Amino acid sequence: MSFIPTGIDQHKSGPTSPATIRAASAKLVRAGFIPLVDAAVLIAASELGFATREGIQIDLVKDVSWANIRDRLAFRQFDIAHMLAPMPVASALGLGSNPSPTIAPFMLGRGGNAITLSVELYRRMQEKAGLAGHEDALTNAKALKLVIEEMRAKGEALPVLGMTYPFSSHNYELRYWLSAGGIHPEEDVKLVVVPPPMTSDALSAGAIDGFCVGAPWNMVAVAREVGRIVAVKADIWPSSPEKVIGVRPEWAEQNPQTLSRLIVALDRAAAWCDIPDNRRDLAQILAEPRYLDVPIDILHRVLAGQFTTDPNGTERTVPDYFTFHRQGANFPWISQAQWIFSQMVRWGQVPYSAEAYRQVASAFRPDLYRNALGCRSDIPMEDVRIEGNAEDDVFIDGTTFDPEDIRGYVARSRIRNIGSEATNQSDV
Amino acid sequence: MNAALSIMIFDENRIRAAIIEEGLREAGHTHVVVLHDIVGLARQIEIIGPDVIVIDIETPNRDMLEHLFQLTRSVRKPIAMFVDRSDTLSIEAAVEAGVSAYVVDGLRKERVKPILDMAVSRFKAFSRLQQELADAKSALEERKIIDRAKGILMKSRKLTEDEAYALLRQTAMNEKKKLADIAQSVVMAAAILGS
Repeated sequence: MSFIPTGIDQHKSGPTSPATIRAASAKLVRAGFIPLVDAAVLIAASELGFATREGIQIDLVKDVSWANIRDRLAFRQFDIAHMLAPMPVASALGLGSNPSPTIAPFMLGRGGNAITLSVELYRRMQEKAGLAGHEDALTNAKALKLVIEEMRAKGEALPVLGMTYPFSSHNYELRYWLSAGGIHPEEDVKLVVVPPPMTSDALSAGAIDGFCVGAPWNMVAVAREVGRIVAVKADIWPSSPEKVIGVRPEWAEQNPQTLSRLIVALDRAAAWCDIPDNRRDLAQILAEPRYLDVPIDILHRVLAGQFTTDPNGTERTVPDYFTFHRQGANFPWISQAQWIFSQMVRWGQVPYSAEAYRQVASAFRPDLYRNALGCRSDIPMEDVRIEGNAEDDVFIDGTTFDPEDIRGYVARSRIRNIGSEATNQSDV
Repeated sequence: MNAALSIMIFDENRIRAAIIEEGLREAGHTHVVVLHDIVGLARQIEIIGPDVIVIDIETPNRDMLEHLFQLTRSVRKPIAMFVDRSDTLSIEAAVEAGVSAYVVDGLRKERVKPILDMAVSRFKAFSRLQQELADAKSALEERKIIDRAKGILMKSRKLTEDEAYALLRQTAMNEKKKLADIAQSVVMAAAILGS
């Protein structure tokens, strides 16, 4: 790799948005994205000249579903794509329809998700468990369990909860939160897929009783006075992998220079997005109709982690609700791909096997990330770590994840899909 | 000969869905069901048990289908996208045209390919139709605006209709612009000047 990273000194003193320099022969990179706040780094790289400075022109294409993103990447309509972190893992395992090899050399940051329940359901939780409104995510989950027990006893329909995709952080986080509260996600509630922009409509129409989705849709539901936020991603697991840049391995092999320069551009853009003073500008860009098409004020508050958690105006500030760059937020830890795998096993999406374990390890590519950015104090030396082991990075149930012992980890989960390991659904 | 295959079309665009349905019936498929609404889709799939589902790529509800197919228990028959993934060319053509297809695993490629090809050509025909419609509409708009510009020139410069038209055309040629654009400018100028 002959590419030498540039601008590291500048990065230390806080990067600024570079002037747009039009390279004579900018390499065109077609990128698919879904209108969500966590596409910010990709959008900023394109809008603010970080890509142009690396000789890349990003052609951003907005899409409507993760299935489309997957297919259009597979069939070369996109070179790269904004993807859910579990998608390359699912592809590596041949899960889902039309799985096609996909690698993730760059994470698009941390945070962004939250769980919202209907105002009605939350009111029942308050009555049943005496919630005052400032309880933590685990207490809320336990309160929901009490309400579900009551619903069962009275023969009422159990809650229907929405998430965004079978292979999504939302699916696994929602299940993790429910389980931590003693609720079985397949027996005590019904999980359905609802496209993010439709979540607050579905909640207000009573089609669902809650959902786990990315920003800004939780805040939108609260602003419309139909929802109550009961947990944010950081409550469940701060490091939980969210979105990635997905790339076809063959494109990465054919365009190593472009990929490296792209990673540099994304790294600079991510650092820019992290600076609090830039939030207003970022919100303004994201608010544009061709991107998120959501009011600037909501976006600005989301970026600042300023939540109104319920329609009564209860405020909660979540520092680092979005972390775009700091704390190694862009580093694709192989142990995080393995954690995703552990959840797939836990919920019966795939049986554990040594071969599957190997396939999963190839989905995230920290080597490509390091290759592009070189040695830097904030880039880890290792690819795997025990997850949930740092003081500021704990799982909601206090467990830790050792990638060497996935089977033991799953077996120790009190709530899981028992017997799922025997059925093979790998071709679905 | 393919009459026994059960095909489900899910498209919120009723006109396009009708065009595809018609094509399939012409090709001798009698078991064709068309759905426009996501509500109850899961139950419909369960009841009908289609061999092939043709779905518009522009609906965000594709993600819901992915979830549905993940839960084989509710659909029973495993469904995969496209019968033979090695046939990338025809899948590429489908994605390009804006259609995707879900096919029950185990169906032979020869049985599915004509359906997919038909759906692709119908999708393309539909977008052509839409384009023609848009073109026709704008042609009509252009004629209207040219007529108005002619009227303005005839009145303000005391020209005959032919002379007014010749003047517009000459100006368009000199300015290397479309006749309709010049006419638009004339109409706008007249409006500003209040004539």
